[in-house]
Amino acid sequence: MSARNIGIVYRKELLEALRDRRTLISTILVPILLFPILTVGLGFVIADLIEQADREPARIMILGGTDSPGIVSNLAKSKNLIVVSEPANYVDLISNKKIRAAVEIPPGLQSGAGTDFAPVKIYMYSGDLKSTTAAKRIEDFFNDYRDNLARDRLTVQKLPASFLKPFVIKQQNVVSAEKVAGETVGGIITYLVIIMCLTGAMYPAMDLTAGEKERATMETILSSPISRTHLVLGKFLLVLTASLVTAALSVTSMGVSSWVIQHFQDQSSGSAMHIKIGLGAVLAVFLVALPLAVMFSAALLTIALFAKSYKEAQSYISPLMIVVVVPAIAAMLPGIELTPRLSLVPILNVSLLCKDLIAGNYHWNSIALIFLSTCLYGGAAIFIAVKMFHRESVLFRS
Amino acid sequence: MIEARSLSKRFHDKKRGEISAVGNVSFTCRPGSIYGLLGANGAGKTTTLRMLATILEPSGGTALVFGHDVVEDPEKVRASVGFLSTATALYPRLTAQEMVEYFGRLNGLDESTLKKRIDDIFDRLDMNSFRDRRCDKLSTGMKQKTSIARTLVHDPPVMIFDEPTLGLDIMAARTIVAFIRECRQAGKTVILSTHVMSEVEKLCDVIGIIHNGALLAEGTPTSLREKYQEKDLEEIFVKVVTTHVAPHAGVEVS
Repeated sequence: MSARNIGIVYRKELLEALRDRRTLISTILVPILLFPILTVGLGFVIADLIEQADREPARIMILGGTDSPGIVSNLAKSKNLIVVSEPANYVDLISNKKIRAAVEIPPGLQSGAGTDFAPVKIYMYSGDLKSTTAAKRIEDFFNDYRDNLARDRLTVQKLPASFLKPFVIKQQNVVSAEKVAGETVGGIITYLVIIMCLTGAMYPAMDLTAGEKERATMETILSSPISRTHLVLGKFLLVLTASLVTAALSVTSMGVSSWVIQHFQDQSSGSAMHIKIGLGAVLAVFLVALPLAVMFSAALLTIALFAKSYKEAQSYISPLMIVVVVPAIAAMLPGIELTPRLSLVPILNVSLLCKDLIAGNYHWNSIALIFLSTCLYGGAAIFIAVKMFHRESVLFRS
Repeated sequence: MIEARSLSKRFHDKKRGEISAVGNVSFTCRPGSIYGLLGANGAGKTTTLRMLATILEPSGGTALVFGHDVVEDPEKVRASVGFLSTATALYPRLTAQEMVEYFGRLNGLDESTLKKRIDDIFDRLDMNSFRDRRCDKLSTGMKQKTSIARTLVHDPPVMIFDEPTLGLDIMAARTIVAFIRECRQAGKTVILSTHVMSEVEKLCDVIGIIHNGALLAEGTPTSLREKYQEKDLEEIFVKVVTTHVAPHAGVEVS
């Protein structure tokens, strides 16, 4: 009878959720569209901006260089650089984006009469894409000039070009593509799963508690013979479903978006990213995130139940976002490793474990400890939610 | 049958401390009759009825509803009760039929019985034209009928109405009044709370006057008229509440 009643409540809540535009948007539409927009859409916009900055000639200014006419002349002839002479101060001109960069040529550079260590200074606007591009073009010009100068001097001395570069240094990755994925995108995927488990549960949790109070249907359901424990469990299962669906759709959407980007990159550059995330790892992440979603769903139901209206529930739940985001982000920071003590810290433990799972590291003791402790926290959250549904002061708060 | 035995309810308020909403209220409602709980706003009517429907738990005393104790067997009590008030709204995203089906299932009806009950109720209340329409698209009258169908679906022997006509237009209110009469004719135990004297005159076989959480007077309309030497029920009500000054002084059943 109890499972039947929980099922009746669940089916009814599911039916209502599927007919609610706001729930559909937050649970299905946002996770499906957010990542293609953020990754593919934003990626194309950024690529277009970089390409545009690459194509556009940059206005620059030369300071000094009167005794290096050859260098000045060659610089002026460089592709995509326009040398201007302005009466105003170069700092103001760069700050106001009238010119993109300025280069200070030290005395005697061309003739070699200057001191060996006098630098060629490039003045720029840090962080500005067009200024950075202009500075890079100037730097490339002077690198080429320096290399040619060195080569000429070696030729005069009858020395080979390898005299300056007797050996090369090369870095080589020796770990698997899964491990690389764990270190590079593991943290982001984990963060995504955790945050989406929370945000997916938010709206349904508010709708099923504070929303019921606001619509005056709480008293209607409380007058039916269903026990409050079964009622809250039916509601909880719907919130959990929404939480898991949102997380699953988010990861799927991100996977598809990444595949699209990689596909385009492969086509354009011929290079392949050496990252691999196995389906097994993704399923393992979901399995570990399941008790976390249980904890979020029950906690959100409990908090939202205190509110008298949907708006009030929003104000109660918003701070919870910070509580979840901080440990979820912490796993993305370099250097934080899973320790037995951290295995007991809710959210952070799942976050660190998921990163390990994506990297293909299965430390079974940690997995068992984290899974069990999160199950325990989830169970405690359900217990509190059930208790709150039995409190008249919470249900009929005025 | 409803037997309230020294029902009491206290609430805790952060500013005002302990508040007694209902104190030692006892009364009996019999099958085939309508008991009217008459009182001003804040008198304790809703709290009393919510305790009978087990939506609230009594702080003291108890009540037997269709033989089940509200404290010991709240789920059995709710299965025996149809509860209707202005605060029992409908789920906006369900259709009228889905709403009634939901409560039928929660009351343990199997699918074939539920279908028969729904067909019968929808025919009786002339609801077939809007059975597949969502509740948020229904008119006030249609909503009232759907609420009635919701309370009737499990054919409860006890009906509790908390100010059922509050805020309704004349036609919707008439539907409710007619429904309450039908419940009496069907032999159900009916209790309703109201502060509308005309409703009391039209419907109630026994009246209980409640004020400041205490039941101050009880009797048939005729016996109350004789006791207080007044023809008008409103005058009787005013006389009762102004002569009994002590709040929560316990029950004086005449």
